[in-house]
Amino acid sequence: MKPGHGEVLIAEGDVEVGEDEQRLLEEFRRQLDAGMWAAVPLDGGGRRTAQLARSFAEVPRDAERVIFFPRAAGGR
Amino acid sequence: MLLALAATALVVLGLLWEVMAPPLGEQLARHRARRRRVPTPDYDPGRERRAETRARQLLRSCVNDEEWAMYRDLGFIRVWGMQAERPGDHAAAAGTPYAYLIYPHKPVLAYLPQTGRLLNEYCVAFPDETRPYGSARLPDSDDVLAKWMALTGDERRLIATANLHLPGRQLDPRQIKRDLWRLRQWERERAKQVRPEDSVTR
Repeated sequence: MKPGHGEVLIAEGDVEVGEDEQRLLEEFRRQLDAGMWAAVPLDGGGRRTAQLARSFAEVPRDAERVIFFPRAAGGR
Repeated sequence: MLLALAATALVVLGLLWEVMAPPLGEQLARHRARRRRVPTPDYDPGRERRAETRARQLLRSCVNDEEWAMYRDLGFIRVWGMQAERPGDHAAAAGTPYAYLIYPHKPVLAYLPQTGRLLNEYCVAFPDETRPYGSARLPDSDDVLAKWMALTGDERRLIATANLHLPGRQLDPRQIKRDLWRLRQWERERAKQVRPEDSVTR
């Protein structure tokens, strides 16, 4: 998610492919370094939730997507 | 004599040039800068609408059908609190289920669904720390989705990050009461629509 722009595709690839995995890992780190939070939407039957991932290792291997959004801060 | 005068004139001109050249150059540069046409991005009135359309699609793909329909019809999403069974939480002390109302670009509101009692306003923002787009804010549906993901993903972390206020600071309690009434009506109507399908499938 990008303010003023909405959803922007950052990178895509297959984690089972070495090159892709490395690229996704680097992009993941770059986003977190830029102050973003990463979330993986989960479908648990009727109830849907999200899992926040603090590292690439926390992203489920079968995750279809990871959504990055600006880190939460106290608002006014 | 003439030669001496010419040489003197040349020296004077040289000295004058040394003195005058920098200010003249600066003036010239300023003049050019003033006249330069600064390229400004054309205002695109559809950009925000397109961003919101994409954001709605993304939100719809993440939340369940009921939450999506709630947002589409009522303009907010209710998320159940997950800390109800955990000890130490004030709402959990009595084992009372609680929930949050998520509005776009407004505080997250905690309340008790059974009684309608408003608990707290949690003021949270998602400021973009990257530049140069730091001034713009997320589209409405992205703001709702960010709150939804943060709440369902790590409720404690979001609540700890947010600024806590008593109800009524930003959200009008009368409006909230109306929204809760609308939500009850909406759920009633939705239950009526679901029941006939159930009876057919049985």
